[in-house]
Amino acid sequence: MHSGHAAGGGRPPALAHHFDDLEQQKEASTLGMWIFLVTEVMFFGGMFTGYAVYRALYHEAFMAASDHLDLKLGGINTVVLILSSFTMAMAVHAAQTSKRKAIINWLVLTIILGSVFLGIKYVEYGDKFHHHLVPGPHFEFAGAHAQHAQLFFSFYFAMTGFHALHMVIGIGLLLWIIALAARGRFSAEYYNPVENMGLYWHFVDIIWIFLFPLLYLVGHHK
Amino acid sequence: MSNPALESPKPSPEGLPKVHYLNVDYGIRSWLFTTDHKRIALLYLASITLFFVLGGLFAVLIRLELLTPQGDLLSSESYNKVFTAHGVIMVFFFLIPSIPAVLGNFLVPLMIGAKDLAFPRINLLSWYIYTVGGILTLGALLAGGVDTGWTFYAPYSTVYSNSHVMLVAVGVFINGFSSILTGFNFLVTIHKMRAPGMTWFRMPLFIWSHYATSIIMILGTPVVAIAIALVGIERLFHIGIFDPNIGGDPILFQHLFWFYSHPAVYIMILPSMGVISEVICAGARKKVFGYSFVAFSSMAIALIGFLVWGHHMFVSGQSMYAGMVFSVLSFLVAIPSAVKVFNWTATLYKGSVAYTAPMIFAMGFIGLFTIGGLTGMFLATLGVDVHLHDTYFIVAHFHYIMVGGAIMGYLAGIHFWWPKISGRLYPEGWARFAALIIFAGFNLTFFPQFILGYLGMPRRYHFYPEEFQVLNVMSTAGASILAVGYAIPLVYLIWSVRYGPAAGPNPWKAKGLEWQTTSPPPTFNFDKTPLVTEDAYEYYSAAPAESAAGLTPEKQVG
Amino acid sequence: MTDHQHHVVPVKVYIAILIALLVGTAATVWAARVDLGAMNIAVALAIAIAKATLVVLFFMHLKYSEKLTWVFAAAGVFWLAVLIGITFSDYITRF
Repeated sequence: MHSGHAAGGGRPPALAHHFDDLEQQKEASTLGMWIFLVTEVMFFGGMFTGYAVYRALYHEAFMAASDHLDLKLGGINTVVLILSSFTMAMAVHAAQTSKRKAIINWLVLTIILGSVFLGIKYVEYGDKFHHHLVPGPHFEFAGAHAQHAQLFFSFYFAMTGFHALHMVIGIGLLLWIIALAARGRFSAEYYNPVENMGLYWHFVDIIWIFLFPLLYLVGHHK
Repeated sequence: MSNPALESPKPSPEGLPKVHYLNVDYGIRSWLFTTDHKRIALLYLASITLFFVLGGLFAVLIRLELLTPQGDLLSSESYNKVFTAHGVIMVFFFLIPSIPAVLGNFLVPLMIGAKDLAFPRINLLSWYIYTVGGILTLGALLAGGVDTGWTFYAPYSTVYSNSHVMLVAVGVFINGFSSILTGFNFLVTIHKMRAPGMTWFRMPLFIWSHYATSIIMILGTPVVAIAIALVGIERLFHIGIFDPNIGGDPILFQHLFWFYSHPAVYIMILPSMGVISEVICAGARKKVFGYSFVAFSSMAIALIGFLVWGHHMFVSGQSMYAGMVFSVLSFLVAIPSAVKVFNWTATLYKGSVAYTAPMIFAMGFIGLFTIGGLTGMFLATLGVDVHLHDTYFIVAHFHYIMVGGAIMGYLAGIHFWWPKISGRLYPEGWARFAALIIFAGFNLTFFPQFILGYLGMPRRYHFYPEEFQVLNVMSTAGASILAVGYAIPLVYLIWSVRYGPAAGPNPWKAKGLEWQTTSPPPTFNFDKTPLVTEDAYEYYSAAPAESAAGLTPEKQVG
Repeated sequence: MTDHQHHVVPVKVYIAILIALLVGTAATVWAARVDLGAMNIAVALAIAIAKATLVVLFFMHLKYSEKLTWVFAAAGVFWLAVLIGITFSDYITRF
């Protein structure tokens, strides 16, 4: 329950009119972001459900199909994204300790790493097009499991596609946060947007933490 | 103890307050760029009413076609498009938003003593998103419509339908975000912005039901979003996810679709139940019977409601054993609803009951929702559902709950809080008349449909055997009466905005923080943050001064 | 209840988590190379869940957040389990 710290003199400029104090505002803002992430869990969850069902039904086909994914590139991307989560966490840390320049530097690093991820994904997708592994009328797959392998690739593209979309949106948001940081908006007193950006970014990382083994490591890549 | 029944509200000698949220600023920009939750509620009221009328027009076409056994008014394909349009509009653009977006937006901050919702700009954004989704869907209808049914089942929707599935899918997908944003706004607001003294168990039951509704909104909507997105992807890129030709399972679509769409029906009914709790207590001048049971029952409905979706799929090819489990769980979910009905009835018992329009709507709700709910039990019985699935029994069942229940609740709430929203009284005589017309028209429309379904008339068909005509004619006659009943409040409510007498802060002499401020309220709701010292619905507390205000004397507003 | 909102996690904790995540990645690739039959998926998921937990607790500060946040985070996981679990129960009982 908020008795509200007495707003003795003026209200801090970051405090919105309908909140009693910055603490209430921060709690609301953080809780809101977590709730939004719960909706994202359910959104991706629908795709994980479909994937789980079909993998259980057509395990052989999924193994054969997964072998066509580039494990090296997938692995590099996993490392890249984990590093970007680290740089994002450092950016929040810088905001909490009122280090304006450091916030910007860490956020820029995060964008660079995120872009590397997307670049590698672009290369991977190009490769799939080249090898006729995009589901649809031009799909070609050698071997007995062609039909169900197409199902695997449907999920591959749907899941990594939505994930990449979230990365693109994330990079856009990072640019916006950098702009705000450059104007000196964040300090130990108020850094909600940076923290929320971090929550979003880490979530996108977590999705990939699951996508990598589930998509790239089905077979045994011997 | 003296507990006189409520009289019809009398005009207030004070008149309207000088400055309030409606006249504080003028011009279209002050409305389109508002962040005031009360104005946003009215923006929603306008859009939702528009969609209701549109959905109703499609219903008119359906009932006209069904006057005769032959399919003579519309072609089969056109008829498919008409009932799809009716379903899509009524479910996604009317029922799901209605009470939360209009009454919830308006009342949640007021009822908990806050100045606004936690995220006012996101609130406005949710209305814009709703509007964009609505425009896209209307565009699809104008372009020729969709014929898949509002349920978009694959593989018809993904492969074989030649109608504008993509456009409607995008419209509904976008609209889902509006729901999610509303839900998460309510959750954060209720957690973080209650006034001092407003503990969880002093909150009005309206708030509990909106909290439960919001939980469903945030957990369920994303899953239907992905289901629709996958349908769109399959259609656009010819990628098979539900395509049986490459081993896809159309039933997977149904799982993802109904995982949301069953809880969605609780999104449609829970807010209505919250309204009923408020209206019944005010109208019976009595504290609700079993407050915590009613509060927890909302949460139980939200929770158990997520576990029963397979009862829409008993005959789909789903595993029979899963079907049995879904059947048992569907019986369980009826229990918390029954708790509410029992508790409302017990609240009325030995209360001083007034037959105001909101009360007529509310009591109508209790009866009609009970019938709808009980028929749900028949359908939850796996063996019975095998015969009744896809018949008019189902249509009657859900219309009893959605129209007899949810819409009656919506109207009860609109009438009950109209004085607060507009500052004016609506004409009570006309309102009671409309309520009775609606009740009569509704039953004449939908009761025959139970019989038709039982006798075997399938749904979504525009021709039928001769022997079903009498019941169909009755249903259409009822629908015309119902339409008149709905038109009447539209007229007098708009009339009252200009010509209705001033209502004053508390025309119903009701409990609740929303009645402790002016009608209409000022933009920031309260002149001073209220301090809550008593439970909800203390209709016959000892000290009259305290109980009337719900506030300690120093903090009294106005 | 107020202080932990502003809890500043020491940098060395972040570095430790980073290393743990990288180790976990290596582990999951290595484990996939070994034929464990039906256990492969279980091991892969276990490692992924462990990595995700580290990210949630430390990078996302859940460890230092109020209980309410824990409830919502847990609810998300729980409901995902309901979605996948009950849907699965249909498929594995189709005899």
